Amino acid sequence: MRSTVSLWFAVAHRSFRRYSTYRAATFAGIFTNSVFGLIISFTYIAVWKQNPTAGGYDVADAVTYAWLGQAMIMTVAVWSGGATDDLAARIKTGDVAIDLYRPVSLLGWYLASDLGRAGYHLLTRGLAPMIFGALVFDLHYPANALVWAQFAVSVVLAVTVSFGVRMLVSASAFWLLDDTGVKHLAAVFAMFFSGLAVPLVLFPGWTSDVAQALPWAAYLQVPADIWLGKHQGLDALAAVGFQVLWTVVLLLTCHLVLARANRKVVVHGG
Amino acid sequence: MSVIEVRGVDRSFVVRRRSGRLRRASTTVHAVRDLSFSVEAGEMVGYIGPNGAGKSTTIKMLTGILVPSAGSLRVAGYTPYAERAALAQRIGVVFGQRTTLWWDLPLRDSYDLLRRIYRIPADRYRENLDTFTDLLGLGPLLDTPVRQLSLGQRMRGDIAAALLHDPDVVYLDEPTIGLDVVSKSNLRDFLRETNRERGVTVLLTTHDLVDIERLCSRVMVIDAGRLVFDGSLEGLHGLGEARRTLVVDLVEPARRSTYPTRRRCGSTGRDSGWPSLPRPAPRRWSPPSLPPTRSPTSPSWSPTSRT
Amino acid sequence: MVDRVAANVSAYALLAWMWIRVSLSYRTSFALLTAGQFLITGLDFVAILVMFSNVDVLGGFSLTEIAFLYGGSALCLGFADLLLGNIERLGQRIRLGTVDQMLVRPLSLFVQVCADEFALRRLGRITQGGLVFAWSIYALDLDWTAARVAMVPYLLVFGTVIFLAIFTIGAAVQFWTAESSELANAFTYGGSTLAQFPMTIYPVEAIKALTFIVPIAFVNWYPSLFILDKPDPLHLPTAAQFAAPVAAALLTVAAAGIWRTGVRRYRSTGS
Repeated sequence: MRSTVSLWFAVAHRSFRRYSTYRAATFAGIFTNSVFGLIISFTYIAVWKQNPTAGGYDVADAVTYAWLGQAMIMTVAVWSGGATDDLAARIKTGDVAIDLYRPVSLLGWYLASDLGRAGYHLLTRGLAPMIFGALVFDLHYPANALVWAQFAVSVVLAVTVSFGVRMLVSASAFWLLDDTGVKHLAAVFAMFFSGLAVPLVLFPGWTSDVAQALPWAAYLQVPADIWLGKHQGLDALAAVGFQVLWTVVLLLTCHLVLARANRKVVVHGG
Repeated sequence: MSVIEVRGVDRSFVVRRRSGRLRRASTTVHAVRDLSFSVEAGEMVGYIGPNGAGKSTTIKMLTGILVPSAGSLRVAGYTPYAERAALAQRIGVVFGQRTTLWWDLPLRDSYDLLRRIYRIPADRYRENLDTFTDLLGLGPLLDTPVRQLSLGQRMRGDIAAALLHDPDVVYLDEPTIGLDVVSKSNLRDFLRETNRERGVTVLLTTHDLVDIERLCSRVMVIDAGRLVFDGSLEGLHGLGEARRTLVVDLVEPARRSTYPTRRRCGSTGRDSGWPSLPRPAPRRWSPPSLPPTRSPTSPSWSPTSRT
Repeated sequence: MVDRVAANVSAYALLAWMWIRVSLSYRTSFALLTAGQFLITGLDFVAILVMFSNVDVLGGFSLTEIAFLYGGSALCLGFADLLLGNIERLGQRIRLGTVDQMLVRPLSLFVQVCADEFALRRLGRITQGGLVFAWSIYALDLDWTAARVAMVPYLLVFGTVIFLAIFTIGAAVQFWTAESSELANAFTYGGSTLAQFPMTIYPVEAIKALTFIVPIAFVNWYPSLFILDKPDPLHLPTAAQFAAPVAAALLTVAAAGIWRTGVRRYRSTGS
């Protein structure tokens, strides 16, 4: 058990290092995230100017939400990418057979790798635009250390939920051979239902409740609400529990799907 | 008349490397130094040398892709870098390991597209296509998308593509790489035939000395950016007495079992009957550090972008 | 000159037609991807609808007026994206050596890069933008004078040219830093996103920058002020509302210059 954990740390660390070699891309990405952060902030300011309590947010909440969104967009890999893309590529080339025969859990390996990537993206493409946003606008910050801790846990869970979804998308390549179409569609849903385009709390009536029950809500809406102090005490626990629930459900599904895929590869030779 | 004229060509690159945390050091690397040669119309010349010696830099300058740092070039009456598009009409290029054909298109469609791109007169096109289809055995392949062709089939397809517009000069970059013995031999026959019948000037780079033996009356050898030999193959063999010293700097002391030396050296392209050349000083060669153990993460990652 | 332009246009058409044929040979994938494009951009507009479920006006503009801005911006971006959207992958092409292969053909590199992998599926974005645009024109309570009607194609043509130039500049930068493809997104997709909303929601300095530095305001904002008969927050002379061709021309000249410099750099460094 100890050795497995240290292996996962090693995998995560390597993944972190690998992404950190693309410096120019990181700077370009930070710039782009900041530009989008500005545009979205101004649209939200316009909305909350008209309706100062829309969705239970005030204008500072809304602008903070806009920047949290830019910070999370790469961290949870909304547009896909990350370790799961490697899996899809390896399914296409057939190299995945090698992975399936490894004596370690495929899922654990890829999850560790994706967490390493997410860590890098959070510290660069998450933090930098957030600092930029904080310099330009008055933002809200977590009220105390407990909220910071809850937020930190929530971000990790946001990555695991998104990993579960992306892993299922990539695994579709076992049957479809090419996951481009599914990936495209999945990105659309992720973009919209994570609340990146517009906060889920703004959705009218019951659509808001539905959207907030879907796994994509765990990407941004939940961590953002924790940051903004919308979930306090037991409520915060429930919010994190929601993310844990989706993580478990998705990772279990991934496990079953990979087991089937394994059988398929073994029986049909890929 | 010389169809290729190279006079005193230099090509240097500035290579920046990270030295320390943020500092970068620039060094100037001379890919090609004081290169001069000429090739007569209808000649078939072998251009050989170890990897990184400056072969592809030379070809890139001769095709007009790359501008020389100094010196002058003329190909088929054009200055390559200044008259790239006009020159392109007169030359054909085959990049050994990459196809210039369109991956998803059947060969026939690729050729038809080339006919339009190069504005080849219809009857001339048909004549050429028939000849090449016949000589290269392309008939059964014409309706297959390029991605489904084997390496050898694709190479044949690529060579026909490079010749369709009746170029004066053809550059072939390792045309026989990865082919089996029979395909190699057929391809050589085709190249010799084409060179003789059409008077096409051919400049051929290869790691296979048999290619040179069978095809070229003349060989040019480039090493470390300089032309170190230009003459007949016999003359090259005559030089074969000299010894070459290979000094290997190891990062760590080697354990016997981890370095299957013969194979690793082979992968640098210096086996397969390489002639030894007289050299002023032994060159240091460090083996590439061993790749880390394989992980399931492929290196093909690229930053995602919004599309 | 005219000959060269004609030759380049026909070369572009030739290559584009070839890629259309290729994409049609994968019909299902083509249909799915087109539908995907339609959906992606469609949800973009749904997000605006969601905002309007909470407010009645945004920056002094009603939903139909914003739909007009949105449609104009989406169409201009869509056309530019269709015509040379693949140019943004230039850095990748340099790494793969595709650019070298293009340089040994007797065609302009620009034409080849633009036409490479021409994707008809991008009609998805154009269809969606077009639907929103058409609906807004139908729903707007406007007196459609001849001048207003004429202004619509005027907006679309010069807006598209501005985006074409921005795409080109964004790609040309990759001759220097091949990894920077995402930088261009800030100006192309970012530009079109910000043009979907009335400029009145941005600070005055930002509007000035978008007028005089990165002239995205000329894509659809100034022409729309004329069509929708809205006051100009910068109080520029009315001529500004017709100045899109000037902005487009300046930006095109800049794009051509940067592209040429980039190509020259590539051919003198080989990287």
